[in-house]
This record gives sequence, C-alpha cells and structure tokens, in this order.
Amino acid sequence: MKITLKVWRQKNKQDAGHFETYQLDNVSPDMSFLEMFDVLNEKLISEGKEPVAFDHDCREGICGMCSMYINGRPHGPLRGVTTCQLHMRSFKDGDTIVVEPWRSTAFPVIKDLTVDRSAFDRIIQAGGYISVNTGSARDANNILVPKENADKAFLAAACIGCGACVAACKNASAMLFVAAKVSQFALLPQGQIERKQRVLNMVKKMDEEGFGNCTNTGACEAECPKGISLENIARMNREYICAALTSEK
Amino acid sequence: MATSPKLDAKIPEGPLQEKWTRYRSTVPLVNPANKRNLEIIVVGTGLAGASAAASLAELGYKVKAFCFQDSARRAHSIAAQGGINAAKNYQNDGDSVYRLFYDTIKGGDYRAREANVYRLAEVSANIIDQCVAQGVPFAREYGGYLSNRSFGGTQVQRTFYAAGQTGQQLLLGAYSALMRQVALGQVQMFARHEMLNIVLIDGKARGIIARNLITGELERHFGHAVILASGGYGNVFYLSTNAMGSNATAIWKAHKKGAFFGNPCFTQIHPTCIPVSGDHQSKLTLMSESLRNDGRIWVPKKLEDAKAIREGRLNPNDIKEEDRDYYLERRYPAFGNLVPRDVASRAAKERCDAGYGVNATGEAVFLDFAYNLKYKYGMMEANRLGIKNPTEQQLKELGRPIVEEKYGNLFDMYKQITGVDPYENPMMIYPAVHYTMGGLWVDYNLMTTVPGLYALGEANFSDHGANRLGASALMQGLADGYFIIPYTIGAYLSNEIRTKPISTNHEAFVQAENEVKDQINRLMSIKGKHTVDHFHKRLGKIMWNKCGMSRNAKGLQEAIQEIRSLREEFWKDVKVPGTDKEFNPELEKAGRVADFLELAELMCIDALHRNESCGGHFREEYQTEDGEALRDDANFSYVAAWEFKELGNWELHKEELKFENIKVAQRSYK
Amino acid sequence: MAKGMFSYSIGKKLIMGLTGMFLILFLIVHCGINSLIFLNDGGETFNRAAEFMSHNWLMRTLEVGLFLGFILHIIQSLILTLENKKARKIGYAVSNANANSKWYSRSMGLLGTLILIFLILHLRHFWVVSRFTDHISSGEETLYDEMKEVFANPIVVIIYVLAQISLAYHLMHGFQSAFQTLGLNHKKYTPIIKKIGTIYAIIIPLLFALMPIVMYLGIVK
Ligand SMILES: Cc1cc2nc3c(=O)[nH]c(=O)nc-3n(C[C@H](O)[C@H](O)[C@H](O)COP(=O)(O)OP(=O)(O)OC[C@H]3O[C@@H](n4cnc5c(N)ncnc54)[C@H](O)[C@@H]3O)c2cc1C
Ligand code: HEM
Ligand code: SF4
Ligand code: FES
Repeated sequence: MKITLKVWRQKNKQDAGHFETYQLDNVSPDMSFLEMFDVLNEKLISEGKEPVAFDHDCREGICGMCSMYINGRPHGPLRGVTTCQLHMRSFKDGDTIVVEPWRSTAFPVIKDLTVDRSAFDRIIQAGGYISVNTGSARDANNILVPKENADKAFLAAACIGCGACVAACKNASAMLFVAAKVSQFALLPQGQIERKQRVLNMVKKMDEEGFGNCTNTGACEAECPKGISLENIARMNREYICAALTSEK
Repeated sequence: MATSPKLDAKIPEGPLQEKWTRYRSTVPLVNPANKRNLEIIVVGTGLAGASAAASLAELGYKVKAFCFQDSARRAHSIAAQGGINAAKNYQNDGDSVYRLFYDTIKGGDYRAREANVYRLAEVSANIIDQCVAQGVPFAREYGGYLSNRSFGGTQVQRTFYAAGQTGQQLLLGAYSALMRQVALGQVQMFARHEMLNIVLIDGKARGIIARNLITGELERHFGHAVILASGGYGNVFYLSTNAMGSNATAIWKAHKKGAFFGNPCFTQIHPTCIPVSGDHQSKLTLMSESLRNDGRIWVPKKLEDAKAIREGRLNPNDIKEEDRDYYLERRYPAFGNLVPRDVASRAAKERCDAGYGVNATGEAVFLDFAYNLKYKYGMMEANRLGIKNPTEQQLKELGRPIVEEKYGNLFDMYKQITGVDPYENPMMIYPAVHYTMGGLWVDYNLMTTVPGLYALGEANFSDHGANRLGASALMQGLADGYFIIPYTIGAYLSNEIRTKPISTNHEAFVQAENEVKDQINRLMSIKGKHTVDHFHKRLGKIMWNKCGMSRNAKGLQEAIQEIRSLREEFWKDVKVPGTDKEFNPELEKAGRVADFLELAELMCIDALHRNESCGGHFREEYQTEDGEALRDDANFSYVAAWEFKELGNWELHKEELKFENIKVAQRSYK
Repeated sequence: MAKGMFSYSIGKKLIMGLTGMFLILFLIVHCGINSLIFLNDGGETFNRAAEFMSHNWLMRTLEVGLFLGFILHIIQSLILTLENKKARKIGYAVSNANANSKWYSRSMGLLGTLILIFLILHLRHFWVVSRFTDHISSGEETLYDEMKEVFANPIVVIIYVLAQISLAYHLMHGFQSAFQTLGLNHKKYTPIIKKIGTIYAIIIPLLFALMPIVMYLGIVK
C-alpha cells in the first residue's frame, strides 16, 4: 500500500509546531499503525532526519501509552481499539492520514506526538485509592461482592488511562476517566468508607488540572478503547451530589 | 559440589515450614523515628516495584520511585492476562501451601531454592487478601465469593483472575497504593526517568544515576539502599511478548558493578502466542494460557493436509476428527493441553519441524475451541435449558455466549491482530519468548551480592527455577514487594541508622555519572549507517535461532562469536539521531540494545556450560528417547551465578541446591 | 453541604441541568396555554387563560423564578463555554467529531445563543407590551390581537420558526442530558427518557412554530 502521512512535528513544549508530509510506498496491510511509524522512523533516520517521537510500550492495547489522533479521531477509525492495535488493513491504498497529538491544555505536548498526561496521576493521587496499608487486610472471602457489582466495577476499572476521552471531548473533559475510578470504588464494599471524600477530592483535582466541563456529548464513550460507559459519569454525578449535599465540611 | 563462598543465601535455620515465621520474629527492626531518616530508591513500578515502594513508604521510609514510562501505572505488569496463583484452597480441591510449593519446584524442574519457594507459597494467600482490600475486582461467583480457574502444570484450581486483565487490575491496585503514598509525601515519583547506573560507596549501593527522559539531564539520587524491580530481559530476543521498552539496563549496570547474574540462560518460551506475520513485526502478542483450559491444540495427522492448509487450499474446519493429531493429549494423557509451558512449546516446535505447521511460514499450530464450545458449554446450557438432542448449530449458539464471557477480550484481540474470527476458525498459535527466569542472584533477603542492593520481581533470578508456572510471576512480584522486602530490608537498614545521607557531590556519584556520560557521548558520536533496531533485530535472530527453544553446543559457540562481532559492529556503525539533551527515544533504545548485546553473550555462555536439559533450557544433546528434557542432577543441581570480570570474561559461582523436603524426580506430565 | 459545591464542574453542570429542567417544565405550561389559539375561537379561551395567568400571585412569583432560571442558565452556560474553550487552547487540524457525537450536542452554546436572541425579541414583542404598556390592561387590545399584529410580519415569522428549530435541537440533546447530569442513568429507564426527550424536542417546538405560521397564513383568525 502507498500511504501519505501528515504528521504534527513539534520540537519541544515551547516550539510552535507544524505539519510535515511523508510518503510511504511499501506498507503492508498486516502492519500495525505503530509498525508503520517504525518504518517511517527507520526511513527518516536513514535520510538523516529526526524520527517522529511518539509514546508506546505494550503494543497490545493495555498499557495506555499510545496516543495518536488519527484523521480527526483518537486512536483512529475503529471503535474499541488503541492506536497500537489498529492495523493498516483498516486503510486504503493511497490514503492520506493526518496524525496529531492529543490536544488539551492539561496535556501539554512534550515533543511531536508525545504529550504529558501526568495530570491523570495527580487526579488518582487525590483519592483514586482505598486507604489500606499492607498487611492489614482480612481474609479475601470475608468481603463478599455481588457478582453484578463486581462485574460492573471490573468494567469501570478496565480504563487504561490513555486519555482518548479527553482528546475526543470537545471540552477536553476528563469526566470519563475520573468517573471510571470513582465508580469502581463506589460499587465495591471496600470503597464505601472513603466514598464521599473520594469523589469530592477527585473532582476538585480534575478541575484544578484544567480539564473542561462535561456536556454529555458522549464522544468519550464512543472513542474509549475500553468501552467505559457513560453510566459511570452519571454515577459520579450522583456520588458528587450525595457527597456534596451531605458533607459537613 | 560445594556452594561458592561468595554466595551465602542466608537461609534461616529450622524446618522449612517455620523458617519464615521465625525469621520475621527475630529479624532486627528499625524504629519508626529512624525510618523517617532512611531513604530507599526503588527502580521500577511494576507489581514488584510499586508494591515495594508503597509498602516501604507505609512503614515510614522515605522512598524515591522511578519508571521510564510516563506513568507508574504503565509498567509491563499491566499486560499480564491470565491470573495469579494463591494457596487459598477456596475450591476445596486439595490445595495447600505445600502443594503450591511442590508444584512450583517441580514445575521449575528442580532448579529453585526450597526456602524461597516455600515462603512464596506461604505468603501467596495474603496477596489475595491485600488486593481484594485495595478494591481489585477479581472475578466472582454468584454468591459473591471469589472465583478460580486452573492453569498449566497444576491439577488444582488456585488461580485468581480478573477476566483476561489480571495483571492490569493487580498493577492498578499497587499503583493506587503508590499514588496514595505520593499524595502523603512519603514517595517521590520520577516517571519518564531511566536509571543508567548504580553508585557504590565503600562497596555498598548508595544511589543511582538516572536520565530525565524529557530533558535529557542526568540526575544523581542518593539512597541508603537501592531496590531494582525493573522486570525481565526477554527483549534480548527482539521479538517477545514483552513491552517495547522492557530492558535489562538496570540489572545489567548493577551486574557490571558486582551483582552476580543468576541462571541467565533460563528463558521461558510461551506456547500460545500469535505467530509472526512478517518482517515489520515489532512484538509478539500472547494469547493467555487460560485458553488452554478450553482450547485443544492440534495439527493435521497427514503431511499432505498440513501442506494444503499452508497453501490455503484446505479449510481446517473440514479436516475430519480422526485426521487431527491432538498431540499434547496424545503424548501427555494426564495433563493433556495443560502441560507446563516448556513442554507445550517444545511439542509445538517438534510438530512444526516435522512439517505439520499450519500457516504460510510453517510455524503455527491450531488452538481450537470448537469442541468445548459445542460439547462442553453448549451441552451444559442445553442440559440447563432442558433441550433434548440439540443440533450442532444449537450447541454452537448456546455455547458461544459462555465462551464470550470467559475469553471475549482475548478473542477480540486475536481477531484485531490477525483479521480472523476465532469463533468460526481455530486460532493459530506458536511459541514466543515470554519470561526470563534468570536475573540478578539474590539471597533469602532478596539482596544481591552487592550489599544494600536488592532485586525484586522478574529482575531477580527468582523462585521459578528453570521454568515458571503460569500465574506465578504476578504472585512472586507481589510477594516480594508487599510481604518480603518490608521485612528483609530492615535487617540491612537497622545497621544503617547512623549513616547520614551522602552528598551527591561525592566522587562516587561524579564518577558513576561520568561513566553514563561517556556511554551517551560514544553513542551520539558514532553517527554510523544503521539504526538501533537494525542491530536489535539481528541480535534477536541469533538468539532465537541458537539460544531459543532448543540449543546445542555448536550453535551456542557460533552465537557467542556472532554476538561479539555484532557488538563491535554496533559500536562502529550505529546511528543515533538528535541530541542527548532532549526527549530522544532512539538514544534510549540505543543504550538498552548496547546492554542486550553484552547480556546475550552471557546467556549463551551459561546455556553452553549447562550440559543438561531442564525446564526452559533444552539442550538437544541431552534428551530422553522420546524427546523429553534430560536433567543431570548429579552435576547441575545448582544455581549458576556469574560474576562480571570484564566484557567477555565471567567467573562462574555455584550455589548448590539442596532438596530436603521434596523428592527430586524426573518431571512427568504423562 | 460541601463548601463551593456549585463552583466545581459537576456543581456547575448541576445548575445547568436543574435550570434546564425547570425551563422544560415552563415550556410545557407556556406551550399548553398558547396552543389554545388553535381552538380558533378568536382567541377567547386563550385570552382568558392569559388573563388568569397574569393576575395570579402564584404565577407572578413563578415568573420571577423563571427569570432567575433563565439568567442562571445563561450565565452558567457562558461560564461553561468559556472554560471549555480554555481547556483546549490549540485545536485539531482535522476533526471528525461526527463519528463520535451529534453536531447539536456539540453546539449547545450556539443553539442557546440563537434562542437567547429570539428570547429578547420575544420578550420585546409580548412581555414588554403586556407588562409595561397599558395596551392590554386598558382593554384596548388583547394579547391575542397583539399576536396577530406581530405575526403579520413575515420576517418575524421566519425568525420565530428558525428559533424553534434551534430550540428543538437544543432540547434534542438537552432533555436527556439533564437527566444524565443529575445522575439519572439506568439501563432500563434511560432509553425511555431518551425517547420522551426526542418526542418533547419535536412536539413543543413544532407547536410553537405553528403558532406564527397559522396566524400569518390566517388559518387561525
Ligand atoms: C503478555 C504477558 C502476559 C503475562 N501473563 C502473566 C500471568 O497471567 N500471570 C503471571 O503470573 N505472570 C504473567 N506474566 C509475567 C508477569 O507479568 C511479569 O513477570 C511481571 O509482571 C513482572 O513484574 P515486575 O514488577 O518484575 O516488572 P515490570 O512490570 O516489567 O516492571 C518493570 C518496571 O521497571 C521500570 N524500569 C525498567 N528499567 C528501568 C530503568 N532502567 N530505569 C527506570 N525504570 C526502569 C519500568 O518502567 C517498570 O516500571 C505475563 C507477562 C507478559 C509479557
Ligand atoms: C427555553 C429555553 C431553554 C431551555 C428549555 C433549555 C434547556 C436546556 C437543557 C435541558 C439543557 C441540558 C442541561 C444539562 O445537560 O444538564 C441545556 C443546556 C444548555 N443550554 Fe439551554 N435551554 C434554554 C435556553 C438556553 C439559552 C437561552 C442558552 C444560552 C444563551 C442556553 C445555553 C445552554 C448551554 C450552553 C447548554 C449546554 C450545557 C450542557 O449541555 O450541559 N440554553 N439547556
Ligand atoms: S476512560 Fe477510556 S478513553 Fe478515557 S482514559 Fe480510560 S480507557 Fe482511555
Ligand atoms: S502501546 Fe500499550 S496500549 Fe498501545
């Protein structure tokens, strides 16, 4: 396959950045999207040019590191897959593909297609945990969880923290990511004790990091590679309302 | 054989069952006020690193944690699919600490240390408790109790799981504990930092040199002790199921500074991975071993059928039952498709080498769900619904939702990668490099031969002997981090309470940093013709062909020469673009490959010296008549710990393995 | 109650949702009464209802609430829209947002602004006339007459119809969105809410749009 790539190039945070166009003539449909970038980079290096910097690690859709905005959509044209799982058979010979980094004030560009997502870590630090020290746990089967709740909690916990929800959202809102974590714990008995403070703190942090406000467009759910559901956002809204109304602080 | 005086495993006295308990009650403690003044560096935030960093911080130590990814949550542990073992005996099927211990030693082909493995089995149950308390959403039964599945190499159901994302859920649990400590100010987190050297002062590990991957700056960090939890080195083979960034650099730099390397040649080849599709391939994808619970592995019985399938003239579904060779069930009736990984991998290679491979390259076998989908799950549903004499089609429709629930995400992943629907056609699989049992040699305290330097998780030579059982790496990583290091590090640090933090202007820091600078400058200044990947791929080919699933003396000798000349070529001709004072992924890769090029040689030397077959190490010269691994317990019942002298020159030290609680036997899964 | 509950994003959204719902309720009443013109009785019933509404203390209080509701809704929407712009300072060169969301769900600010412009016009036409002039109270003219007068102008009719289209799309998203904002999402009920929302978003604006049309065309006399 022949593919034309228009790729965002930006030297560093301060650089204004621009698009560059590259031509690849020998793309195999069995290649993954990132393998195509490997080929591009090999070519650039051999031509004495700078390769494109992009984030990736596991290349099997679970670490959440890869993050490309492909032809106007995070992780490209398919639903339910990450960039690394996207294969070139999803494109046609002769296609032009435009690749940009995630765009969000809270995710500044580090270089080319690489962005800084540490804001997500800071949100988790604000309350995305259960405060249990190692060694204090009781026997696992002493905590029973209805299967339905356990399954729902698992589905919420499946979030890989890739940030596609933020990238897709017109408001660059991180609600889906935060809601996934809040929901996971709200659904489990272990999460009840810190339930109220957790949602208040995490929402506060989310705002401080500069993410936008949710307007329920549903773009996040549609683009989330792990199919995290909007139900979680509703649940977080509920959690927030309950917690805020009953809070004594 | 006697254990080398340089290798004191420090195994506590007493009967096996009491060693750990006694140790814990007698180990020196550090009082809380002193803990505040003690700093610990943890390299790696996978299961081992994150759990260690969080637990140590909870105890009150000051912790600095490092990872090269953009977030601690992305460590490679995230990719583990199948599950985690624990001797809970929740299924009432006869599991016990001893049985888990026994299975692990036997699975490892009697090349692991009894005391460590027993301790691992002992703390396994606590891990599940801890994780559940953290909110890890393990699979559950309708009554709300935890669910279990079985894994290769065992006959009990002791594996806990969260769909096909167990590693992810466990890591997110450990990560959340870590983030909590970061928020409390107990842990300082350094993401996008790569450790590039270790600092020794008076023979003790006192810090590291790390490169800030965004700015390219080199940083010096002091610690009273240093913990390496940097994962495995399977990427020495270029193609493996490891993440792209997984590397040996941290442990290799430590090795070169005096930490002995244990059993470097013990590599696990996983039997169920998606076969290679072409030259562009950058990594291989694992299909969880749990699939072998319900998938049956086969190749055609007739060579001409295999040929027809390879050429696309024949649909595998059209091959009649009697023309299929379920070779694992045939060779190993007792364990069938659930034999350990090394056995399953070699059996697949044997069939493919004999010409029965089923994809274009001839390197693939079938993993087929049709049978269990219809006759196990379909029938179960039919019985439940009271459908008498269901048709094939009905069975298929009834069974599918159950298979979907169990393996849906794996099936989707397979389809995504190959473009083939595994509900309709059998999957194609082939073995691929997956895990490295070898790693830094550690004693009972998990301390390497360098005082104050610890190795945890896949980075140490571990409890898995010559072969790791499925679902045991997660267990080991978390055992090391949550339940072992918090005790054992106290034994060392209780003697360090008077050590004031050492200034990073100390000459040892300066020198260690200069070593790193020199290497980076060298890499940047070569400006050769070939990319880093070019060399990495060539190294991978050498390793896979000559130090892979089966090895022989001649091949290994050749490999050593080839690696040496490749290394020379690399240092003359590699091309690293950009500068070192910026975000430069090519430079990162170059440093890692430079280390792989050295480690590879040691792996071959180790494989060459071990004149026996055991576990994942299969020497063609040493096999039984029916092609099974032939151990030599009289001469090789030891851990090979290699001391680095200079490049190309290592000294072998042996730690004798004594089996006092288990009868050493020929491993049989028949 | 938590301090600053309404100053965090979900709190702000809550205000949007609550005021939005309030406005939805208001529209039902408003539309119900106005639909009396379709009786085609020369505005008799309609005038009586209008009379009742404007001389009822309860309605008077609610009217104040209504204004507050509108103002809150509008101010909050301005804040949200501005903040959301700030959350992505550099936009995408290529965006294929239609693949993941409906255009009108992404255009609530614009649709709302169109409604606002209409609203000002609308208030000028009727509310100002009925409240601050004595045309109607003096009995010189009924509200119905006023309507006929205003809708004699084809340009006004077109503006009204366009505004109702904006309203329809605003509600097509807004109705169900308000439920989601309040945390009311349920496997069984949400699909029903969405259906009702769509029906509401079509019927109410349609009835409103028909009013100027039938009057202009003289179908209703
Ligand atoms: C695809 C796959 C599936 C698996 N499935 C299972 C399973 O089902 N059950 C099971 O028990 N095991 C499984 N395993 C094995 C298991 O996942 C790993 O052995 C285990 O997770 C290793 O954990 P770790 O903490 O030792 O290292 P890792 O998780 O690899 O973490 C390494 C850490 O070290 C950091 N690091 C490395 N080098 C440096 C450096 N130089 N400087 C700074 N930081 C550095 C990394 O950033 C990372 O944080 C699987 C493995 C793979 C590849
Ligand atoms: C009768 C008139 C109106 C009604 C019935 C109405 C109703 C609604 C409803 C129900 C919502 C959804 C709230 C939520 O998601 O929680 C909404 C959102 C919104 N409205 Fe209005 N609205 C009206 C007028 C206006 C006006 C005049 C403006 C602006 C000037 C406006 C701007 C917005 C904006 C920007 C949103 C987006 C926020 C969101 O989607 O959550 N609306 N409206
Ligand atoms: S919610 Fe989905 S899109 Fe957002 S970070 Fe998590 S996995 Fe990525
Ligand atoms: S590289 Fe890990 S999810 Fe894509």
